[in-house]
Amino acid sequence: MAHGLRRNPAAPDTQPEHSTAPAVELVRLRGISKSYLRGKQRVEVLHHIDLDIPEGDFIALMGPSGSGKTTLLNLIAGLDSPTHGSVSIAGQRIDRLSSGALARWRAAHIGFVFQFYNLLPMLSAQKNVELPLLLTRLNAAQRRRHANIALQLVGLAGRASHRPGELSGGQQQRVAIARALVSDPMLLVCDEPTGDLDRHSAEEILRLLQRLNREYGKTLILVTHDPKAAEHARRTRHLDKGALVGQG
Amino acid sequence: MKYLPLLWAGLLRRKTRTLLTLLSVVAAFTLFVMLDAVRIAFNAPNSVAGINRLIVTSRFSIIQPLPFAYASRIQAITGVQNVAYAIWFGGVYQDRKNFFPNMAVSVQEYLAIHPELVLPATQQQAFRHTRTGAIVGRTLAERFGWKIGDKIPLEATIFPKKDGGNIWTFDLVGIFHADRPELQGIERQMLFHYDYVDEGRLQDQGTVGWYIVQVDDPADSDRVALAIDRLFANSAHETKTQSEKDFQRSFVKQIGNIGLIVSTIMGAVFFTLILLTGNTMMQAIRERIPELAVLKTIGFPNRIVLLLVLAEAIVIMLCGGLGGLMLAHALLPVMATATSGQLNLPLTLSTWLLGLALMILIGLLIGLPPALRTLRLNVVDALRG
Repeated sequence: MAHGLRRNPAAPDTQPEHSTAPAVELVRLRGISKSYLRGKQRVEVLHHIDLDIPEGDFIALMGPSGSGKTTLLNLIAGLDSPTHGSVSIAGQRIDRLSSGALARWRAAHIGFVFQFYNLLPMLSAQKNVELPLLLTRLNAAQRRRHANIALQLVGLAGRASHRPGELSGGQQQRVAIARALVSDPMLLVCDEPTGDLDRHSAEEILRLLQRLNREYGKTLILVTHDPKAAEHARRTRHLDKGALVGQG
Repeated sequence: MKYLPLLWAGLLRRKTRTLLTLLSVVAAFTLFVMLDAVRIAFNAPNSVAGINRLIVTSRFSIIQPLPFAYASRIQAITGVQNVAYAIWFGGVYQDRKNFFPNMAVSVQEYLAIHPELVLPATQQQAFRHTRTGAIVGRTLAERFGWKIGDKIPLEATIFPKKDGGNIWTFDLVGIFHADRPELQGIERQMLFHYDYVDEGRLQDQGTVGWYIVQVDDPADSDRVALAIDRLFANSAHETKTQSEKDFQRSFVKQIGNIGLIVSTIMGAVFFTLILLTGNTMMQAIRERIPELAVLKTIGFPNRIVLLLVLAEAIVIMLCGGLGGLMLAHALLPVMATATSGQLNLPLTLSTWLLGLALMILIGLLIGLPPALRTLRLNVVDALRG
């Protein structure tokens, strides 16, 4: 990884599920509202969201379609800005950053995993994983080494030279996870990462995410509508009609 | 350099489309070289060392003849070293499509004034003393397989003979060549005696087409030119004296404004190229919107995404354009050989430089609209599909 993916020294090899999350807050949302203009009509997607996510947490955001899960994830990941409220990540107000500063911030701190993998079809798995490192000062050999480590971590070291078209859906998603991890981000955001996979592959991906959280202390936010997927998280929050429901 | 894999990934995503686009660029730039070579050839015919040579024609038209008697009056002007004269004969050899320049000249003076025309001494001697003698350039001789001693019949198109005939027969007494490769154009000419033609022609006797004036000092050319035109001002045959280069340009302009014709064709070629490749680029980028959105999502700044798209367009233009230039570079000598030097077009450094500038300019033009589109790209919407 760009700064070396750190294994969580405190994490036992077999941490029990749903253990108590660490207390230091990484994500802090206060009074978040988000509305869009659809034609002449203003549609409020999120209203008055307060949410804290501690460092090292693995939280699942669940809810029906249109409940605002992805919008909330985009706000936390700095892809979108709230209409009202504040988004603080590791103490930094990202809702006040310019688009250029946000791009730099995302490159340094966020890893993205998408439902449809979003790999570049003409690049090999290794080159895809190297993409975020192009924005760093690492030289070609260092980038290659980091990419290989990330691929090893997701169990695809032997497929580094394969193009996405030559990999199964599960393998492509693992390449996408390696790409998300390679720059050692403080936060991994996963938007329906198993939505396009069969049950077996989905289970593998979820175990991998769980391992990243438990063994490497990565903070993960998982958006899903699948309760079985959510079970792999430390805790689950539900969204309904743009509001968080129930206790965290 | 580190972004090269991304650049190639974009270009090779649809190999067939990229190849077809490249081929259209190759074709356009091959045509560009040919046309630019024509423009250069017409704009700078025989840029001889003749800055000390002036051409005197009728003020009103170069097809208007001037009196032969002007020769001695021009010779008397201070600063004039030598005066030759010529007429455009316009004879046809066997078939009209066998066109080549043929002129009747005052042999003694013409050879003295044109040192770039290299003719062995014995052949010079023969030319001077043979009334029906003619000399031809090496290229022309090779084209028709002529050799010294041949009789060459030309059919008159301007000057029928007094005896009612229309065929003029010349004895080939010499084959000349140019003293520099860039003057090879003169090797397509045929020259023969003015006196032979003037005495034998039915009309316009005692007139010449133009005078060639050699001045003592090239720096004095303007004064001499003015003096010649003043000498014949308000006469029945007013003159226009200009440098040899200007004269050749105005001669070519009889055909039409070659520069304008060529520029118009080139404009149409490049306009079509811009439309074609511009549309292809837009389509290629449109297909890759989700990929570009991913790049922006993982932190690629707008500036780099914009440069990637622009670079893609410029690389296509440079690859295709340089391919076209090299193809033309290979084709031009083949064409010159195939036409026995009739179509001996130059490929100059200025053409290469102009070509390179055009490649970059067109690359920017076709790359800018899709590049700007990526700037406006809303990542959230693009990821949502």
